Amino acid sequence: MGHDVDIRDWYISRFKDFENSLNGESLKPIHMLRKEAIEGFAKLNFPTTRDEEWRFTNISPILRFNFKPSLKIKKITKSTVEKFLFKELNCHLLVFINGHFAKEFSRTNNLPKGVVAGNINREISNGSELVGRHLGKYANHKEQIFTALSTAFTKDGAFIYVPDDKIIEEPIHILFITDTNGEQLLTQPRNLYIAGKNSQVTILEHYASVNEGLYFTNVVTEVVAGENSIVDHIKLQEESVKSFHISRTEIDQERSSNFASHSISLGGEITRNDFNSRFNGQGGECTLNGLYLLNGNQLYDTHTMIDHANPYCNSHEHYKGILDGQSRGVFNGKIMVRRDAQKTNAFQENNNIILSSDALVNTKPQLEIFADDVKCSHGATIGQLDADSMFYLKARGIGEEKARTILIHAFASDVVRTVKIEALRNYFEKILNDRFNK
Amino acid sequence: MLQIKNIHASIEGKEILKGINLKVNAGEVHAIMGPNGSGKSTLAQVLAGRQEYEVTKGEVIYNNKDLLSLSPEDRAREGIFLAFQYPIEIPGVSNTNLLKTALNEIRKYNGQEELDAMEFLALLKSKMKLVEMDQSLLNRAVNEGFSGGEKKRNEILQMAVLEPKLAILDETDSGLDIDALRIVASGVNKLRSEDRAIIVVTHYQRLLNYIVPDFVHVLYNGRIVKSGTKELALELEEKGYDWLKDQKELVMN
Repeated sequence: MGHDVDIRDWYISRFKDFENSLNGESLKPIHMLRKEAIEGFAKLNFPTTRDEEWRFTNISPILRFNFKPSLKIKKITKSTVEKFLFKELNCHLLVFINGHFAKEFSRTNNLPKGVVAGNINREISNGSELVGRHLGKYANHKEQIFTALSTAFTKDGAFIYVPDDKIIEEPIHILFITDTNGEQLLTQPRNLYIAGKNSQVTILEHYASVNEGLYFTNVVTEVVAGENSIVDHIKLQEESVKSFHISRTEIDQERSSNFASHSISLGGEITRNDFNSRFNGQGGECTLNGLYLLNGNQLYDTHTMIDHANPYCNSHEHYKGILDGQSRGVFNGKIMVRRDAQKTNAFQENNNIILSSDALVNTKPQLEIFADDVKCSHGATIGQLDADSMFYLKARGIGEEKARTILIHAFASDVVRTVKIEALRNYFEKILNDRFNK
Repeated sequence: MLQIKNIHASIEGKEILKGINLKVNAGEVHAIMGPNGSGKSTLAQVLAGRQEYEVTKGEVIYNNKDLLSLSPEDRAREGIFLAFQYPIEIPGVSNTNLLKTALNEIRKYNGQEELDAMEFLALLKSKMKLVEMDQSLLNRAVNEGFSGGEKKRNEILQMAVLEPKLAILDETDSGLDIDALRIVASGVNKLRSEDRAIIVVTHYQRLLNYIVPDFVHVLYNGRIVKSGTKELALELEEKGYDWLKDQKELVMN
């Protein structure tokens, strides 16, 4: 416990350095929010496994290090950035290095008039009314210490605004590269995506690292899916296996909006992914899919919450895990169907394949249903590759290794094939091949 | 081609096969009949290499090789094909893909060049006519959502593509309506050849009207209690398996 307090004090003391680095910016209204958050942070405790929401995820390894908030960008070469791009993908590109916007590598030509795709720091500097209206409104910093930490150090991150009726055809690829160069860094991207009425946008949030460094990424993302908008979100985490990654995505869904997310992850040492969506109007649709491939001592925790606060909304959730080594997976899927949310359809599924005798999964569906005319289902499986299928493939002349690869691909395909962008589907297939087709 | 010598096999400590002897030559079709639980499917699974069955005694010589020392995949590559009694559904793996992978793995093992996509599709098309199978089933996942008849036809299609030396059909006729049975049987008949042996495991004589065997063996309680020609199957049909029970007791006494 004492150590937790020390580490909290460490981050509080870093806040002064941070304030100094802001120069004139600390005069902006947002700085009130930062100060409020750091005060809140000082009063909150880091979660332990005694907290229900963190029961299976012991974060004490993260608290063992004095991570230094990243205050400035690091120079990296163009070819380093290009390593993380998808050649077959035509897209707009936003690049962040150690949490800071790298304009020279970014490319956002040909966006429809009125669309903004850039960095939130610029919006803050310009006194953006949208930022004032939305930032911190969905990811409350008062109860969650990592959100408080993020809010206190709010500096940069991706900002996307799609005005009403605008459609962005090409995906926006947001690339967060961490290059620690031996430093134990804390980077805290703070993202805000706002999709107006009848708009459409596809966003790829991509976390990668240049080397196998030890660092901590603490992300908070807020998504506003306006009325009848379509927001397609993909999160790809392919970072250092020594890194820590805590992420919270809050989605505000207005009437008839459609939000879909695919979270594909190779994990870090400890990863926690929270996806929380709330239907604020009727007729909304929310898809949360995910695939995690774990190995070694990795720990990967997904917590989702879909709040059916209004009638006629549909949610589909399908998370799949493939675990090897001594890795651990945690899945907690909460679905709240409130009293007025009649005609709700909510389906949830979590399937895991364990390839070793030491890997472990804790999975927990949590359905709270207060309406009576609803369809809800959930299912969870944890198992090995099916022995009958293995034998069937072998009996057709297919060897052990290849049969294993085929079955792993097949297992993952439910999630991969629902990704709409072909270049990404191909890339995810490649990830599976690289990992299992040795 | 195949010589089974005094095979004993058990699963979870329970002995199912209690000394099977059988010799199969190239070009022959053997039918193995017997009541439920007599060990028919166990014999088929043991030959294909299912590990859950432990062979406690005996040996199997296949083309001068010790079959039991080979892995299931090597048995398949050496030309053994088992048409499953209950074909497995594999969601996410396309039927075409499975077949292409299987064929190329077998070809590779035998020092033949792998087929490219075009060559394979041409081959597949010609084989599909054999079993009158709908093109749409090829793009679907292996056996997923197939009807019983479609699954069995799919097994025969696989056999046609892989061109085994020894095919073992495990109750391929069970659950088929007469039309499906005719299609499956005619597919099998077209694959009969001088250098290929076929073992047909069945519960019912009906199939043998369409696939006429050279030899019929009756399996009962883990042993072959009677062997004969196709007339034996008719006799069985007429008298039922109970008749055998008496025969068996006669033999034992």
